[in-house]
Amino acid sequence: MREISFARAINEAMFSAMKTSKEVITFGLGVPDPKGVFSTTTGLQEKFGSERVFDTPTSENAMTGIGIGASLLGTRPVMVHQRVDFFLLAMDQIINNASKWKIMFGGTSSVPITIRLIVGHGWGQGPTHSQNLHSIFSHIPGLKVVMPSNPYDAKGLLLESIFDDDPTIFLEHRWLHGQVGKVPVEEYRVPVGEAKVIKKGSDITITSLSYMTVESMHAVKELEKLGISCELIDIRTTSPLDIKRIIRSVNKTKRLLAIDSSVKSFSVSSEIVASVSMEISKLKSPPNRLALDDLSSPTSFGLTDKYYPGALEITKTVLKMFGKKTKSLNNFKKIHPHDVPGDWFKGPF
Amino acid sequence: MNKSRNNSLELFKSMLRIRMVEESIAEKYSEGKMRCPTHLSIGQEAIATGVCSALEKKDLVLSTHRAHAHYLAKGGSLKSMIAEIYGKVTGCSLGMGGSMHLIDKRAGFMGSTAIVGNTIPVAVGLALSIKLKRRKNISCVFFGDGAVEEGVFYEAVNFAVVKKLPILFVCENNLYSVYSGLEVRQPENRKIYKMVRALGIDTHKGDGNDVEEVFSLTKLIREKIVNNAGPQFIELDTYRWREHCGPNYDNDLGYRTEEEFMSWKKRDPIETQRKRIKSNEYFNLAESFAHEIEEAHKFADKSKYPSYKQFRSIQS
Repeated sequence: MREISFARAINEAMFSAMKTSKEVITFGLGVPDPKGVFSTTTGLQEKFGSERVFDTPTSENAMTGIGIGASLLGTRPVMVHQRVDFFLLAMDQIINNASKWKIMFGGTSSVPITIRLIVGHGWGQGPTHSQNLHSIFSHIPGLKVVMPSNPYDAKGLLLESIFDDDPTIFLEHRWLHGQVGKVPVEEYRVPVGEAKVIKKGSDITITSLSYMTVESMHAVKELEKLGISCELIDIRTTSPLDIKRIIRSVNKTKRLLAIDSSVKSFSVSSEIVASVSMEISKLKSPPNRLALDDLSSPTSFGLTDKYYPGALEITKTVLKMFGKKTKSLNNFKKIHPHDVPGDWFKGPF
Repeated sequence: MNKSRNNSLELFKSMLRIRMVEESIAEKYSEGKMRCPTHLSIGQEAIATGVCSALEKKDLVLSTHRAHAHYLAKGGSLKSMIAEIYGKVTGCSLGMGGSMHLIDKRAGFMGSTAIVGNTIPVAVGLALSIKLKRRKNISCVFFGDGAVEEGVFYEAVNFAVVKKLPILFVCENNLYSVYSGLEVRQPENRKIYKMVRALGIDTHKGDGNDVEEVFSLTKLIREKIVNNAGPQFIELDTYRWREHCGPNYDNDLGYRTEEEFMSWKKRDPIETQRKRIKSNEYFNLAESFAHEIEEAHKFADKSKYPSYKQFRSIQS
């Protein structure tokens, strides 16, 4: 199978959705501009016209409401924000309207809107350009929250989200856009609400999501060498959360580490630890979570390395859970600075 | 009976029915069977009736927390509305929305919500979809003078102008946002319709207590919209008689004067229209509406509450 980038997979999903249904439209600040939202929307306006693919005023709340209104007549809007942080201006529309339209009218109406949000990381993005807010969205009944970790899932999940009849928050980690993987040319779907076992194992269950799955995969390989067999589960959608799949795994391994890309408190990882603890009383070690300190994201190059846990911290955390020493570990020495996902990334955002 | 007199009578009937429905709710509210926040439209009937009568059935309407009149004027089912206020499964939102969340899609009434200003962009979205689908109807949204203080209003109007969308913005200026008068919320001597014009939209002003004026103005404006003149905005003055939320009068609170209240009561839109049509049918009409309304309450009272299972299944 041919390999393409995560960004290209998103782009293909958009082409595919817009070709499949004339009801699909996409808009957002910069959607038709020369950069095409990190090249995820490139070529769409040329192909489908400016009625279905358009730039917008900087009016996040109204544009979300407008997307909701259009969706009530069967249009399927895909709204895009270059950063999740900008979308915070639209909380009234997404929480008071989109998530509740179905229930407040007794199921007589639904809101098939998809909101694509990009999560920033590193390169001095700082407090308001690199927030991980999936737990906030997951906390709202009526919203689906999707966060793929690889190109294959990105394409399949975006198509599924667009043709789902409920409002869906689709989160793309900026560091995943350049990631390359196998993706079929044809249209296919990945179901929302199903976690995926990335690697089977017997000693510990590690749940992860979005970019953290990449770091987890490195850690799991290292731990294998050190004699610990990890079962790695990529959550893929935080709402609905496939807690059954996670519990089944922990029932086998009797150990849990929930990894998250957001701050610790009130996070999706907290939810996983709570749900597992309520189901399984005897674990070999206390359930654990690895997430960010409860602090706003730092800007300085001097702070980001310590703030963001990676493969090394995951490895150490697991070793500690097994009562093993963490000295003389592979430090996953990076071939590029810690604040970029790879040499291809030259900023600015 | 000539056409215009016939129309005048229809306008009167629509308003009288709304008034009687609202008064029945006020009267029965203390029974404790309508257990939800309820905002009555008494005194403001002419705008709902005048605007909705000038719209086509296929036109789409969105509204606010004070939506009973808009819903009924657009042709929403009375039984479904009363049952909704009773929280019953036979209600228009299966009893899951209450007074503030009315919907009747067959009548083109697309919904009402409880957050100030938040249906304005949704209505613009309806207009966007109408335009994309090359349909010939229009979208229409009701909101109050308070909503023009929300940022989303400007965002939504701006986009409607940019895209030349088929939408009518109807601002019902009843002078108060809950108990806060315009004088503490907007600059002295502001004319909302003049300010809004600066956004590049055609704006109009009318007497919201004169149903004939509202009707003919809306008719003209609708023609403009369907002839691709772009979005239109109309400000209509009116006055709410009862308390902001609930069945009672609230002049004793002291946030508005008795003189102000009486001066508006003299401009009762229904009485004004009754004098115009010189109809001797008043009692017959009132009797038949009273019967219909009583039946709706009985229907609501007898209906069942939705089950928790239904509530859950809709959301899963």
